[in-house]
Amino acid sequence: MDFRLGERSDAFRVKAKQFLSGHLTDEVREQMRSTGVHHNWDFHRARAAHGLLAPGWPEEFGGEGRDALEVLASAEEFQSAGAPTYGVGTTLMVANVIRHLGTEDQKRLILPQALSGDIIIVLGFTEPEAGSDVAAAQTRAVRDGDEWVINGQKMFTTNAQEADYVFLLTRTNPEVAKHKGLTTFLVPLRQAGVEIQPVITVSGERTNLTFYSDVRVDDSLRIGEIDGGWHVMTVGLTFERSIPQGGDSVRLIHAMEQWALASVDDVGRPRSEDPDVLARLGRAAAECEVTILLARRCAWLHHSGILPGVEGSMAKLFASESLTRQSADFVDMLGPDGIRSEGDATAIAEGIAEYSYRYALGTTTYGGTSEIQRNIIAQRGLGLPRPS
Amino acid sequence: MDLNPSDEQQQLIDTFSAFYAKECPVDRVRAAEPSGHDAELWARLLELGALQMAVDEAAGGWGASLLDLALVAEQHGRSLGPAPLIEAQVAARVLARVGGDVAAEALGRVLTEDRIVTIALHPPKNANLALVPGGAVADDVIYFDGGRLMCMAISDRGHLISNTGSMPVADIDIDSSSIMLVSGHQAETLFELARDEWMVLMANALVGIGARSLEIGVDYVKERHAFGVPIGSFQSVAHGLANAATSIDGSMLIAREAAWAAGEDTARATQLACLSCGFSAEAARDACYRSLHFHGGYGFMLEFDIQLYFRRAIAWPAVFGEPPKMFARGAADRLATARAYG
Repeated sequence: MDFRLGERSDAFRVKAKQFLSGHLTDEVREQMRSTGVHHNWDFHRARAAHGLLAPGWPEEFGGEGRDALEVLASAEEFQSAGAPTYGVGTTLMVANVIRHLGTEDQKRLILPQALSGDIIIVLGFTEPEAGSDVAAAQTRAVRDGDEWVINGQKMFTTNAQEADYVFLLTRTNPEVAKHKGLTTFLVPLRQAGVEIQPVITVSGERTNLTFYSDVRVDDSLRIGEIDGGWHVMTVGLTFERSIPQGGDSVRLIHAMEQWALASVDDVGRPRSEDPDVLARLGRAAAECEVTILLARRCAWLHHSGILPGVEGSMAKLFASESLTRQSADFVDMLGPDGIRSEGDATAIAEGIAEYSYRYALGTTTYGGTSEIQRNIIAQRGLGLPRPS
Repeated sequence: MDLNPSDEQQQLIDTFSAFYAKECPVDRVRAAEPSGHDAELWARLLELGALQMAVDEAAGGWGASLLDLALVAEQHGRSLGPAPLIEAQVAARVLARVGGDVAAEALGRVLTEDRIVTIALHPPKNANLALVPGGAVADDVIYFDGGRLMCMAISDRGHLISNTGSMPVADIDIDSSSIMLVSGHQAETLFELARDEWMVLMANALVGIGARSLEIGVDYVKERHAFGVPIGSFQSVAHGLANAATSIDGSMLIAREAAWAAGEDTARATQLACLSCGFSAEAARDACYRSLHFHGGYGFMLEFDIQLYFRRAIAWPAVFGEPPKMFARGAADRLATARAYG
């Protein structure tokens, strides 16, 4: 047994740290905070130029062929630094689908631009009436010669206002079982008929509701077979890289530890000597370590040639649920001051606990809700029977 | 990174897994109540070298790493081993580290004359060592009195404390037979190291308790039917077990990492010892509680085994302290490091 990621990963981590110290400026952070957009084009392109956007991809596509543990080491740094990364995960997931299921033309059109950081691709799965039950999507695509005509709406199309394409899950055959009548398209977003309506969330992050009215897309942008959309989705989820690596907890705990070291309570005792404060910090640190280890286990399995399944669900479930617990606990620890908002000059540690509490709410939902993860763990991991 | 045990480590796991399956089936655990000590099991453990392996080669042992001992502790926990294995291993390591004639003689008696040695996890109050693990069956106890590390032959047994986990714990009065092993800074350092090692091994034992209790619960909810279906198909049941399974996997990772760090990442060893023990204690407690609860009324009956696990998951770590105390200790170590390097 060896819990080190290894020398190559350590070296690549240093490279990521150096990049972040130069490019993740106060300006970039302030822009994220004030707009709620966790994507920044200059940062994104610079990341690509430094070989840090898709380091695990083969060199022929513009990657560096780095192994899963190296990729993890850099991802940990980007997450714990709080860098804008939402555009990267969705773009690479779709790029992976295209690499495995796309036509040669699609690969030529999309992959070089995606890996050089010139375009981003967002996900269009969820609908107002279909969330966890993603196969219930109702957005219609109807064939018209060499084109398809799309009508419908998608929920939580985060970064649509920045993106070039949306990877859209549509219904092409309403007559068959719901999983069998789906088709996926890469739909250009900058065209007539696409309407993007901002949706602001509890954490201040901006996402969107997107409407598609007689939007036309060429059949050459269909990904996979007609009515084969569920297979495409299955492949896509295999490449889901949205397992959180614990960086949000790392940042939160560090800030709270600095607060404990620097402040005193009402009777002048250092917070760092208060057993209650210490117990809360320690529990959070334990959970943070477990989050990191569950994510590293996934990368290690991947590195060993095994695709993580249940292990990925455990990592995602634990990361988001424990972040919610820790945030709540720290807000309580700060007493009445805990409610001073992030961004207010009077907030403790820039209001990170208060922000984190709001932010954590989203993490228990997107990328598969905690309930969906528990179903996967119970059925595939523990072998429990499905609900009848 | 490699999360798989090496061939040698796997061999060790297999050996002890087979040993406990043969020597410690659950009816033996019941039979050992309420004293919580099975002398026959203890004798077989000594034959197998469970104590000898914990001691450095220079001191007459086999020089196993803390990670090796952790893998054994996990099997011990899975079987609810009614024997003071962890305390005795930690105490023997203290004696080996102290060196000198007094300690070497004490260690020799332990390794060759079947005397049981244990360690008090807290300094005495009013000349009394409270809830010493293994204290009701031990011959010698090592303790730290605030300045000196002492060894005392326990002359007056019979203070077995009836307790939640049916453990052989005792409150032990200190008498004049105590002998000083070492004093000053070294004494404190060795005592703190021993407490860290005890917490690491306890964390791994708790992983075993938690993992086994989860298996029992999962098996039960697959078999038990209500409303015409297996109760494991209800999400209220399945999701509780999914949470427990996640925490148990997490506790295994952090408990093994803590054991590994004792040899390979010493700057983080104390922190991980404390955090892993607190986390594993809560994870095991939660897994046992859910499994017990999903047995319905049967889980409340002494006849069903799950209560054996539940009671030990609560009590085994409690002789050191409650999880928040372990977390606080881990946090204090992190803050000390942050202050120094920060």
